Amino acid sequence: MIKNYIERLGRFVSFFILEAGGIVLFGLRTLKQLFTLPFDIKLIILQMLSIGVKSFPVVFITSIFTGMVFALQTYTGFKRFGAESMVGSVVALSMTRELGPVLTGLIVTGRAGAAIAAEIGTMRVTEQIDALETLATNPLKYLVIPRFLAGLFMLPALTVLSDIIGINGGFIVSTGIYKMSSSLYWRKVWDYLELGDFYNGLIKAAFFGASMALICCYKGFYTEGGAEGVGKATTQAVVLASMTILVSDYFLSAWLF
Amino acid sequence: MIEIKELYKSFGQKEVLKGVDLSIQKGESMVIIGGSGSGKSVLIKHIIGLLRPDKGSVFIEGLDVTRLNEKDLYKVRKKFGMLFQGAALFDSLRVWENVSFFLIRHRGMSEKRAKDIAIEKLRLVGLTGVEDLMPAELSGGMRKRVGLARAIAHDPEILLYDEPTTGLDPIMADAINDLIVDLKKKLNVTSVAITHDMHSAYKIGDRIAMLYEGKIIETGTPDEIKNTSNPIVRQFITGSAKGPIKIEGVTDE
Repeated sequence: MIKNYIERLGRFVSFFILEAGGIVLFGLRTLKQLFTLPFDIKLIILQMLSIGVKSFPVVFITSIFTGMVFALQTYTGFKRFGAESMVGSVVALSMTRELGPVLTGLIVTGRAGAAIAAEIGTMRVTEQIDALETLATNPLKYLVIPRFLAGLFMLPALTVLSDIIGINGGFIVSTGIYKMSSSLYWRKVWDYLELGDFYNGLIKAAFFGASMALICCYKGFYTEGGAEGVGKATTQAVVLASMTILVSDYFLSAWLF
Repeated sequence: MIEIKELYKSFGQKEVLKGVDLSIQKGESMVIIGGSGSGKSVLIKHIIGLLRPDKGSVFIEGLDVTRLNEKDLYKVRKKFGMLFQGAALFDSLRVWENVSFFLIRHRGMSEKRAKDIAIEKLRLVGLTGVEDLMPAELSGGMRKRVGLARAIAHDPEILLYDEPTTGLDPIMADAINDLIVDLKKKLNVTSVAITHDMHSAYKIGDRIAMLYEGKIIETGTPDEIKNTSNPIVRQFITGSAKGPIKIEGVTDE
């Protein structure tokens, strides 16, 4: 019984180490391609569109409602000890430091990361990746680099928008429902918000974007076993990327702030 | 032109290639036959360096592709064109972009000129008016033809065919065979095809080699193969379930 558990734990740990090592190696091999010509501007822009721009509607909805519910909860909670004027500060700090980057990361993973893994996985099982190789084209350069760069740059960009939208969501609820004066809300936002809160959040977002893209590409790249394999790779990619975001968020926060 | 020497490859416990030796002359059309799972695809993928062997070498005009670094390997690959079993067209690109992929990427050709060449190559494989379609809009036979046009677009010296007729109806299969013979005459290329379709093998091959249990067990012209005394080859070319070849996973009583 116990032996069984230890065995399973061992298998999990070795699987985890193998996977982590695989992703790091894959990342290094990809980065090497960053410095070779030609530079596929067109492909990079296309990926920025599909990973970044097209994710905006979901990021918008998520951020505005998160800001709104935050204002709702903190207002009712803080009212118990007479601190309801602090709503603006709470919403602003939590959006920029934490919720903006993390929620955007998770949502883009679910939306674009899944698509990356499924598309590259399908290309693998239908031999399109082999076909790229036979046409003397490095698939890491052609497929992975554009997605990696799009993740790296578009996640911070979406996070900026998410921060702004979230804080405005809080504003709508505070002034619209709780009749707080708008000048008080904004004063409390600016009083306690530091520039560091904002750009450290963006550093986190860049890290989430890059690692999400790499993990999803990696999972797609090594897909095996037809349609079922593509499904499995997609699921694993989303789970692994989400876990990476949540776990690394703690350590990045501890290190940055 | 192509020299395969003592090639070994295993996947986990399973030994697929156990010392393959084969040489293919310049301008020759070699067909490798063998049952499903005999390692034909694995063999052809070693020729173009998609797989690395455990042991042994593959020489392309004297260069050992199994030992090349990435950069030189990509250089060698420019001599190749390959037709995949499922055509492996890029889903996200239009037909003409598929065909002219190499030209735009490696020869820096303008889109307009590349498209003209794509249309010309498509005509060579018997297709007109499909250049602006997406691959998903094509039938299986048309996809194979587009795959063929893509493989020959950059005038390669060596063409590799992975099961060119599999999955096609007999008439379309024969049309593809004719096309392969035709292209060989017109382009004067060296080609390697793998297939288990004997009709196709006789038609397109100058020589035929049979891969069985990880080794080449016989090589000869189509006539020599037809009149072979080797019982394994006999069984395969006549397509009989009874004989020395064991069917994987099936035990006879």
